[in-house]
Amino acid sequence: MPDQNAPTTTGLTTESATLAGELFGDGVGTQAGPPAVPAAGTGTAGQAAPGAHSHGGATPTGSPAERFTSIDPDAFGVPTGREETWRFTPMKRLRPLLDGAPSDAHLTWTTDLPEGVELTSVEVGDPLLKGLPEPVDRLAALARQRSGGAAVVRVAKEAQLGRPVTLGLAGSGSEDVVWGHLVIEVGAFAKATIVLDHSGLARYAGGVSVLVGDSAQVKLVSVQDWAPGAVHGGQYDAVVGRDATFTQVVVTLGGDLVRLVSNVQYAGPGGSAELFGVYFSDETQHQEHRLWVDHAVPNCSSDVLYKGALQGEGARTVWIGDVRIRPAATGTETYELNRNLVLTDGARADSVPNLEIETGEIVGAGHASATGRFDDEQLFYLCSRGIEAETARRLVVRGFFADVVQRIGLDALQDRLMAAIDERLGALPALDEQPVEVS
Amino acid sequence: MSVLEIRDLHVSVGEGDDAKEILRGVDLTVRSGETHAIMGPNGSGKSTLAYSIAGHPKYTITGGSVTLDGEDVLAMSVDERARAGLFLAMQYPVEVPGVSVSNFLRTAATAIKGEAPKLRTWVKDVKSEMEALEMDPAFAERNVNEGFSGGEKKRHEILQMRLLKPGIAILDETDSGLDVDALRIVSEGVNRTREEGDVGVLLITHYTRILRYIKPDFVHVFVGGRIAEEGGPELAEKLENEGYAAYAKGSGETAA
Ligand SMILES: Nc1ncnc2c1ncn2[C@@H]1O[C@H](COP(=O)(O)OP(=O)(O)OP(=O)(O)O)[C@@H](O)[C@H]1O
Ligand SMILES: [Mg+2]
Repeated sequence: MPDQNAPTTTGLTTESATLAGELFGDGVGTQAGPPAVPAAGTGTAGQAAPGAHSHGGATPTGSPAERFTSIDPDAFGVPTGREETWRFTPMKRLRPLLDGAPSDAHLTWTTDLPEGVELTSVEVGDPLLKGLPEPVDRLAALARQRSGGAAVVRVAKEAQLGRPVTLGLAGSGSEDVVWGHLVIEVGAFAKATIVLDHSGLARYAGGVSVLVGDSAQVKLVSVQDWAPGAVHGGQYDAVVGRDATFTQVVVTLGGDLVRLVSNVQYAGPGGSAELFGVYFSDETQHQEHRLWVDHAVPNCSSDVLYKGALQGEGARTVWIGDVRIRPAATGTETYELNRNLVLTDGARADSVPNLEIETGEIVGAGHASATGRFDDEQLFYLCSRGIEAETARRLVVRGFFADVVQRIGLDALQDRLMAAIDERLGALPALDEQPVEVS
Repeated sequence: MSVLEIRDLHVSVGEGDDAKEILRGVDLTVRSGETHAIMGPNGSGKSTLAYSIAGHPKYTITGGSVTLDGEDVLAMSVDERARAGLFLAMQYPVEVPGVSVSNFLRTAATAIKGEAPKLRTWVKDVKSEMEALEMDPAFAERNVNEGFSGGEKKRHEILQMRLLKPGIAILDETDSGLDVDALRIVSEGVNRTREEGDVGVLLITHYTRILRYIKPDFVHVFVGGRIAEEGGPELAEKLENEGYAAYAKGSGETAA
């Protein structure tokens, strides 16, 4: 998609509302702001007019000139919920993760480590921890502090893993908060896929720091397949080495509240980051994904694609996509897209892409966000081939998810996730209540 | 043997004060074994006619009737129309992300036939039809129309027509955006269908070049939302030489 952004004199283009218009048919809220102007889109079921959710330039950006970071939880104060970074979050449900009571509760680990991979741990004060990107909020700082040290997955340089590293992380139902910090260190020229597979019931605050060596290719898959009632907050950081590639695929299906912050920075030129995500919020679930890509060195690229579906009363999703291109980051190419499919009334999706550009010498930059109902054109196309409306809707929603899930590249995991999604779609009463209208 | 009968069809788009009448009394009968060409200038309502027959929700039927073998098409849902034997190859086929061509074709064939086609013969059929249309087998694993070039989308439409074997096929500008080779390949696909079975074809086009490959039995000139003149293949040649200028003014008076 970035290649559609033909460079202009400033090297800058952005998708207009036309893109959003292509994504969804009539009767759909669309939003795509010009670059460097903060924009916000909020889609709730039943709002119809295109652009009806655009809040223009008056919305706070959520991107201060410098993002405050600290390893000291108290440096952030205790959030009230009015702060820009917390204003979408249901604070009551998250409270235990912000109170910070120490605990030695833990998740049950099931690991599959292919040859060339080492799983160890480091104590507080280890030099490895000092060099990591710092927490950006109180929750992440607490997780860093309370976990006291970190588990470390090391992939030797030049290793070409024969199969993915899998860490099954299961909650055991404890009321106590599980504090965790995982460091993934991948050596230069290595190629590795790491799967974090979260399940069970837990209150979990977990930090994940990924160090991607020069020219390494790393794919990190994080599956949130939590049991109902689980609360998961966490910060993911990737430091992408020179000419390295980092791909993150976030799949959030379960849990009561999931709030993940994914940050990317580049340690050298030529790095590329792909951030893919898919989320499916049912009745009362809150799923929040906040991204921050910091382009500070030349010739790096970032590509963001997050897709979410919402069904049921009180289903809630938040997507914040911040991309910053600093003056030194010439030759940057970035594109971000968030799409939300609102399946029933009473669900609400917030989507805020934000692009700050501080140099004109870039290859391209764009963003788009669209929130709406089913695409009538897609349904019509399928139905015009004899496929019943109900089946067509399932195909469209399934395809909507598969589009991202396919990027994991692990057949067994993809099949499992699509089966889980199918099951959720099976319990979709509202689908039957939405006949395709024919004149 | 199928008969599609369109009588005094009036269709509008938009709602309330914005409603605009596009089709203003269309009469047309297409029988199995016949090929009708509809030719007309941009915006004359050709796609509106095609979409209205297929049941696109954007169009409102304000008068007239459409029947297939006596059955009221306008009372059918979109999928029922397809199962009754209507097929529309679209001018602008729609991208469906995450749905593979092979899954889509099989789901459609299952819906049309009422049962899942036997896997082995089905795979063979799809393969050989794709080969005949000179489509790379890799297309079967790609998402429906996603990233397809204009010409690839049109081949994919004809592939569906070949596999779904409709009684009446409406081809809306299937020739546009095709280079000479692709035009020949696609036309041969249509001709195979005409030779094999009792299909009725409604071929919508701007240009006569596709008519060199697919010989129409009847040519209808479509102007201002209705048929302005009807004739045999010779009418196409006249249009090729003289254009639509003659119809531009008094489109109403010259109606057949
Ligand atoms: N939603 C709409 N509101 C108003 N006018 C519309 C709408 N949709 C279509 N039209 C108009 O209906 C008319 C007929 O369009 P249609 O697509 O049927 O033409 P066509 O003959 O297929 O043209 P082309 O040769 O360009 O494909 C055009 O003038 C078009 O602008
Ligand atoms: Mg047309």
